[in-house]
Amino acid sequence: MPNNKKKISRRKFLVRGGLGTVGVVAIGSYIFRNPIRRQILGMANSMDMAYMGDTGNPMLWFEITKENSILLHSPKVEMGQGTFTSLAQMAADELEVPMHLIQVVHATTATGNIDGMSTGGSTSVSGLWQPLREMAATLREMLTLEAAKKLALQPKDLVLDKGTITGGNKTLTYAQIAEGVSEWDVPETPTLKSLKDYKYIGKPIPRVDLGAKVFGDPIFGMDATMPNMLYGTVVRPTKIGAIFEGADISQAEKMPGVVKIVQEPDFVGVVATSLTAAENAKNNISVTWKTPNNLNTEDIVAMMTVGNGKSTIIQKEGSALDEEEEEVVSLEFRSPIGAHAQIEPNGVLASVEGTRATIKIATQVIGLTRKEVAERLELDEENVNVIPTYLGGGFGRRLHTPHAIQAAVMSKAVGQPVKYFFTRQEEFQHDMFRPPTHHILKGKLNNEGLLEGLEHHFVSGDVGNNSAMIPSLLPTVLGADIGAIRGGFIQYTKIPNLRSTYWHVTLPFATSWWRSLGLLANTFAMESFIDAMAVKAGKNPVDFRLAQIEDDAAGKRLKAVIQAASDKANYQDDIKEGRAMGFAASVDAGTPCAQVAEISIENGAIKVHKVTCAMDPGVAVNPDQVRAQCEGAIIMGLSAAMHEQMYVEDGTLKPTIYGPYQMALMKHAPKEIDIVLLQGRDTPGAVGEPPLGPIGAAIANAVFRLSGKRLQEMPLKLV
Amino acid sequence: MTISLNVNGISQTVEITDGNTPLLWVIRDLLDLKGTKFGCGKAACGACTLHIDGEAVRSCSYPVKLAKGKTITTIEGLGNEENPHPVQQAWMEEIVPQCGYCQPGFMMATAALLDKIPEPTDADIDRNIINVCRCGTYYRMRKAIHKAAELSKSIETVKSENDA
Repeated sequence: MPNNKKKISRRKFLVRGGLGTVGVVAIGSYIFRNPIRRQILGMANSMDMAYMGDTGNPMLWFEITKENSILLHSPKVEMGQGTFTSLAQMAADELEVPMHLIQVVHATTATGNIDGMSTGGSTSVSGLWQPLREMAATLREMLTLEAAKKLALQPKDLVLDKGTITGGNKTLTYAQIAEGVSEWDVPETPTLKSLKDYKYIGKPIPRVDLGAKVFGDPIFGMDATMPNMLYGTVVRPTKIGAIFEGADISQAEKMPGVVKIVQEPDFVGVVATSLTAAENAKNNISVTWKTPNNLNTEDIVAMMTVGNGKSTIIQKEGSALDEEEEEVVSLEFRSPIGAHAQIEPNGVLASVEGTRATIKIATQVIGLTRKEVAERLELDEENVNVIPTYLGGGFGRRLHTPHAIQAAVMSKAVGQPVKYFFTRQEEFQHDMFRPPTHHILKGKLNNEGLLEGLEHHFVSGDVGNNSAMIPSLLPTVLGADIGAIRGGFIQYTKIPNLRSTYWHVTLPFATSWWRSLGLLANTFAMESFIDAMAVKAGKNPVDFRLAQIEDDAAGKRLKAVIQAASDKANYQDDIKEGRAMGFAASVDAGTPCAQVAEISIENGAIKVHKVTCAMDPGVAVNPDQVRAQCEGAIIMGLSAAMHEQMYVEDGTLKPTIYGPYQMALMKHAPKEIDIVLLQGRDTPGAVGEPPLGPIGAAIANAVFRLSGKRLQEMPLKLV
Repeated sequence: MTISLNVNGISQTVEITDGNTPLLWVIRDLLDLKGTKFGCGKAACGACTLHIDGEAVRSCSYPVKLAKGKTITTIEGLGNEENPHPVQQAWMEEIVPQCGYCQPGFMMATAALLDKIPEPTDADIDRNIINVCRCGTYYRMRKAIHKAAELSKSIETVKSENDA
């Protein structure tokens, strides 16, 4: 096995000395050669995930009510991404009913139609595009066949309109047709309508959940109630890696409102008649924790350094750059620990009665939540009904729901429903963080001022590797973390010599999925470096990019968004009236996106005035919500790139509250966001995450033009 | 202790053992009005914003004993589907919410701002609307706030014409 290690000198790139109390050791290098693995990793790059739930039975998906509205049981949860609206549009068009007749509800595990995997990865609309329309069209044909029977006519003689079927001089609603039918004739899967014939798909239909969200309806997990509901809470440690060793509950159990102190081998919880009583009792439990370390941020930074851990080459063309050559330019970049900070805390309402359990929860992994509760309580999975609620933000945080287990254990212990949710301090200290990263970029220009070679070497904490959702075999098979490498591929395919190497380090605290996964940090590093190389070559950064992308199908789409963003923003390489522009582009899950940030520097602070974004998600089922996702991703990405940072002090993750955990507020959001949508494919692609890619680098590249400073660390600060 | 307060135009009396219980939990758990949200419990995010005697207040850090005899408006009392408040109307026209969790707090903060400054500038908005939204709906919110100001103005115009 060739040894790649000497190509990256650890001595050279280790930023700080000591590794702290938890050491990370380079365990040798590993050149990635297996073609099957390479193929899977290629898929991870252009990820088009198929829906993995039940697509065989329309009755699992749709329910026709007596009032002739149609309930669509969504296997995907609504966390703000607008999926419910897009699904309603798809169903309405193929069912031949107006939008207002479709009511989207979360499927529960009892109805069977739940996603086998998760809601995440920007795959909900694209993954359901084919199966949902086919299910809707099949139901429409079933209703037509049944109507023909009822009216004693041929299906071809019937007219479908607005949820009714007319034949001869008689009109039946779908509800009337369906009433009392127990045996349906199921036709072959019908031919779907063509794109141009759709009335709703492709139109900016207002969100179906707009009213509920504007008038304060109780739709979230936090709003769930049950009769005789009690309040639970669990004692959590403040130190990283603390292990529960027992608790003194003598004081707490005597406190007013306490129903029971629940002691388990791995946690101690309080069940009380009110939230305040539960919290008060919790504060009077003294827990013995074994705390294995007193880490500080510099220890984490030292661990998170290219050369540590195990490496996997995820992309390889031509030969490696010789770093001894003078013309080889190298720059390092870093991104910090990031918190999800979704406003609705993680919470759950569990009711365990005998051999059955009901769980109301905001979750992105309905099936996994059920499985974990069933396993801990030794119940049959079919006896655990998970009822998903709307999510007050997902962003990947709710791909982990061990709190459902704890609430179920507490409910079983007291024989009543128990509601349990995190405090904000617990949210910040027990987040499943976006891992910090470190990147080394190397490049060499040829005589024409284009790149002859480009290398991206990066290290990240776990993303997918730490997830119960991912089959445990997958990380081993891949040799790379499917989440950490998102955005880690070099998209400038004309460059003859390419390397992208991922280094894997597991940190002593949990890191995992955070909207767009590795994309934000990887793109920040790579696109900042591309900008630096364009400057070195004396070229306009837009032309520099366009010149180095192949004209294959993916390359053409990337070039189109780069050109469109540049045109729309009227990209200029020079400073005008104290403002400068920065350019960046990325491809995530098959969706290319390019952004231009226009900034000024006011009293030493970076001010983003305008962001122009061109994206090609393929068919935009709801163009307004695609725009909303772009706007939201730009602002969330700006927040992460410019403001956010968790740190570690004496073994404790901090800060533990908004404010000290700085995030973009109204005053930081750009006042202008200009979005151009292209349609370079005839099916929908990823939307929710791809526009998070370019923003960090676009801002940093603008800062360079204005100040001459190449910012190499997020959060981006000038002082 | 017994506390009487007026919530959304209805007189309410609640029995509470601990007068320091945040108003938020009385509103949510005892009065079952779930539109006012818990976000942080430290008045740092604004998800729990409601009006007390017309002022925007972060109810997670407001002891219920201080609310005695006061007039409280929550998102449920701001307007409804038949008769939306101009802020709610503007929020719908601009299709602002994504996940929606922080939105009642923002709408309550905005309604209170418009009472004080009927036509806020961008700088007024930046200074006064300081809640946290994780989905990043600020861009549409700003548009909706300006639109709500316009809608309120036209309602005022109609009212004064009717009065005349």
